[in-house]
Formats: sequence, C-alpha cells, structure tokens
Amino acid sequence: MPQVKFIEFNGTEHNIDANNGESIMSVATSNLVPGIDADCGGECSCATCHVLISADWQAKLDAATDSEESMLDLNPDRSAESRLSCQIIVSDDLDGIVVNLPEFQY
Amino acid sequence: MSEAVKLAEDPYSIPLENINVSDANLFMNDNHWGYFERLRKEDPVHYCPDSMFGPYWSVTKFNDIMEIEKNHEAFSSEGGITLADRAKDFQTVNFISLDPPRHDVQRKAVTGVVAPMNLAKLEPIIRSRAIKILDEVPIGEEFNWVEHVSIELTTQMLATLFDFPFEERSKLTYWSDMATSGALGGGPTPEPVRQAALLECLEVFTNLWNERAQKDPSEANDLITMMAHNPNTQNMDPMEYLGNLILLIVGGNDTTRNSISGGVYFLNQFPDQLAKVKEDLSLIPKMVPEIIRYQTPLAYMKRRATRDYEIRGKTIRDGDKVAMWYVSGNRDDDVIENPNEFIVDRNTPRHHLSFGFGIHRCMGNRLAEMQLRIVWEEILKRFERIEVMREPERIQSSFVKGYADLQVVVTAKK
Repeated sequence: MPQVKFIEFNGTEHNIDANNGESIMSVATSNLVPGIDADCGGECSCATCHVLISADWQAKLDAATDSEESMLDLNPDRSAESRLSCQIIVSDDLDGIVVNLPEFQY
Repeated sequence: MSEAVKLAEDPYSIPLENINVSDANLFMNDNHWGYFERLRKEDPVHYCPDSMFGPYWSVTKFNDIMEIEKNHEAFSSEGGITLADRAKDFQTVNFISLDPPRHDVQRKAVTGVVAPMNLAKLEPIIRSRAIKILDEVPIGEEFNWVEHVSIELTTQMLATLFDFPFEERSKLTYWSDMATSGALGGGPTPEPVRQAALLECLEVFTNLWNERAQKDPSEANDLITMMAHNPNTQNMDPMEYLGNLILLIVGGNDTTRNSISGGVYFLNQFPDQLAKVKEDLSLIPKMVPEIIRYQTPLAYMKRRATRDYEIRGKTIRDGDKVAMWYVSGNRDDDVIENPNEFIVDRNTPRHHLSFGFGIHRCMGNRLAEMQLRIVWEEILKRFERIEVMREPERIQSSFVKGYADLQVVVTAKK
C-alpha cells in the first residue's frame, strides 16, 4: 500500500496509507487532512485542492493537462511546484510522495 | 389573484414545451421551484422556443451544469452571461464575458485584491463596520433588514475594495441596481435611464482612475489602482473599463447582500438549525456555504454553444443560448442529500454551484464567505432572535435572486 506524506503549512505531518487508483485529493479528504477544500469534488473545476510537489516527485507524475493548467493559472500564488491533487492518482511508483499544503485555498 | 397567475402556480398545468423558467415573475412570486423540479425529472435539458430573450436551452441538473461549465471551448461566454441581448450601441465588455486568453489576463490583473493575504488584512475593517451597523439596528421594532443591514454592509465593503469616497457610497448600490435592471428580466427601468446611470458611473470612476494612475501603486491595495497600473488592464477602452467595473460592483454587491438577507430568512424557516448553530458557534463556517447554496444569489449563467453538442439525447446547436440554472442544480437530489432542507452542518457544504465552476468560477468566493462569517459571528454574539414578520418581497428578476424587503424584529441578548 503506497504511503502519502501530507505536510500542512504549519509543519504538521500526516502519513496516510493510500489505495492505488485513488486521487491524492481523495486520500486527504477521506482521512480528514486539513488544508484541502476540494469544493468541486474532484472535477478539476475549482482549484481548491491546490498542493505543492517538489521537482523530484513531479518528475514521476504525468504533466498537467490543459484543464489543470487553466485552473492552476487562476491562482495568483501559483508556483512551479503547484499541482491540483485531484489530478494525481496514487500508484506504487508514488509510494512515499511528499505533498505540501499551501497556506490558503482560493 | 387573477386566473392566469393561479394557473401558473401549478407547474404541471401547462405542456412541458411551454415552460419558460426565465420569466422574472416566477422568481418574484417564488414560484420557480416546482417548474425546475419538473424539468429535472421530465426534461433536464429543456428547450424553450420563445421567451422575451428569444429561444434558449435550460440545463437543470447539477452534473450536467458541471459538464457544460467545464467545457469553455464548446460553450463560450463571449457576448455576456445573461440571457438578455443588450443594445448593440451600448455594449460593455468584461472578463466574465470573455473566453481565454483575454479572460485569463484580465482576471489575473484583479485577482490579487481578493487573495487570502489581502482578505486577512481586510477582515478587521469588515468586522468593525459590521459591528457598527449591527449595534445601530433598532431593537424591538419592525424594520427592513435589507435596507438597514444587508445593503449597508455590502456597500461599505465595496467602497473599501475600490477605495471609493465613503460618503458617496450609496451611488455604488444605485449603479449596481441599474446594471442588472431592465432587460435582465425584470424591473421597470427604461433603457435610457439605465445607460445614463452607467455612464455616470464610468465618469466618476474615470476620475478616480486618472487620480490613482498618478500615484505609487505600492501604497495602495484597491482595485482601481491595481487596474490602472497592471499592463494587462491599463489600456482598457472606456466600455471595457465600465464592463469590468460593473462586473466587480455587481459581483461584490447583490450576491452578498441577498445572501445576508437569505440567511436571516432561512434560520426563521428552520428554527432547529438556528438552535444548532447557537449551541455550537464553530458551525458558522459550515453554515455560510449552506446559506450561499440555499440562496443561490445568481440563478443562472448563460453560455453560447460554439458547435453542435449532444447532451441527454438532445442536440444543442451551434450558436444556441444555454442557461445553466444553478438555482436548480443546487436542489438536485442526485448530488445533494435532502436538497430542500437548510442544514447548517453538512459534510461537504461547499459542494454547491452558486459560485460556478471552471475558469469563470467566482473570484470573490472567499471574500463572500468571510463577509458572511463575520456577519453571523457578530449577529449571534448580540442578538437573541431576528424574527421575520412576514414573507419577504422578492426582486423581479430571473438572474439576480434576491430580496427588496425583509421586515424583522430584533431581540437583543440579555
């Protein structure tokens, strides 16, 4: 079972056992990790599941699709590490992935 | 009451094809619910061949609305987000009525003002203004909550965001009302009066713009200074400037105003929910999005199809108008459990359509939530009860869903 490490903006860590095929957003919301709002429920339509992922881990992810790009782009605090967690699907390759949560969701 | 009006109260009394949910009177009389329920059940993607806005499609289910909203290539916002076709010689432009890429650059230029860091700075100002207004409401006597509290609060908020001359702030409310009146499906305002009001708005704001353009932008955090100094907006032509002003004024005004009034009304309709939130004030942040869902301050947004599109066995044709009825999707029981109940402690209260989804999702959604949260924190601190004395008077519009009059009697806490 792959593990996901969420780090809240204040440094609090949550290590969660996740299921393959589940989105990182859903791992967070179903385990009550604070800091991900996920208003649209995982439809890539609101950008309130914004997370920050380091370049090393990003290299293992599929590139953001056009629709993820257009939603990320609405966030003035977007950085190179920005991704939408509803678009990242857990797999064995991602075991140990570190997901940093931003201070706020828009 | 005339026979015709009585008939119209029963949504099953007319053939499906004659249903026209864009009729402003349905909303003024609060009669729209049954029609939308029927459409969701019998014809969720419905074609109305004839209305004061011409022919249009109605999309009424939550997930169908999401599908249309996400597909901004097949469903364009160019030409406006209401069903009305405005006079050809008076067309304003704003970013909610643009597609990418112009939409993206203009929106980005102003998003910063409602960024969370800025909201944190605004919170104490909003709270102090809310406290002053609430401390001054008459106790034990009947008054119009809309006028004394909701309008006052949201207008002061807008004046703050624009750094608009505070003493002249009632003009903002007037312009906001003018912008959405007339052709939007209600209101008796003649078009020349409306246009004159909006041109006055442009003139006043042009003076402010010229003044702010000379100033150092690092010293100010208001929307006009931001637009005057951002390369993506500083060369807007007058109608584009006016369009964006109207967007920000209406977006920040009617919607929050009517949600403030709506909350008072709903907590009267559902006294058990009021008791719940009084018992546990930490529910306020969950109650706020529920108020916004239950009110749905903008009933719909319009798109125009850019190609033929199949949905639920219907073909929306290239060029057709499509109304995405948020007010209906927010009561869709396939997605929201007991949607007609107002429940202050839902598990995912933000999963509603009132802010829209996709690239046009409401930019000010966190500001709106913050305003409502502050208002309710301060109300529950000082008032035992806000009793609604009679059914509110509703606005005659199928776009802005709101209240003209809500008579209440306030009881202070002992």
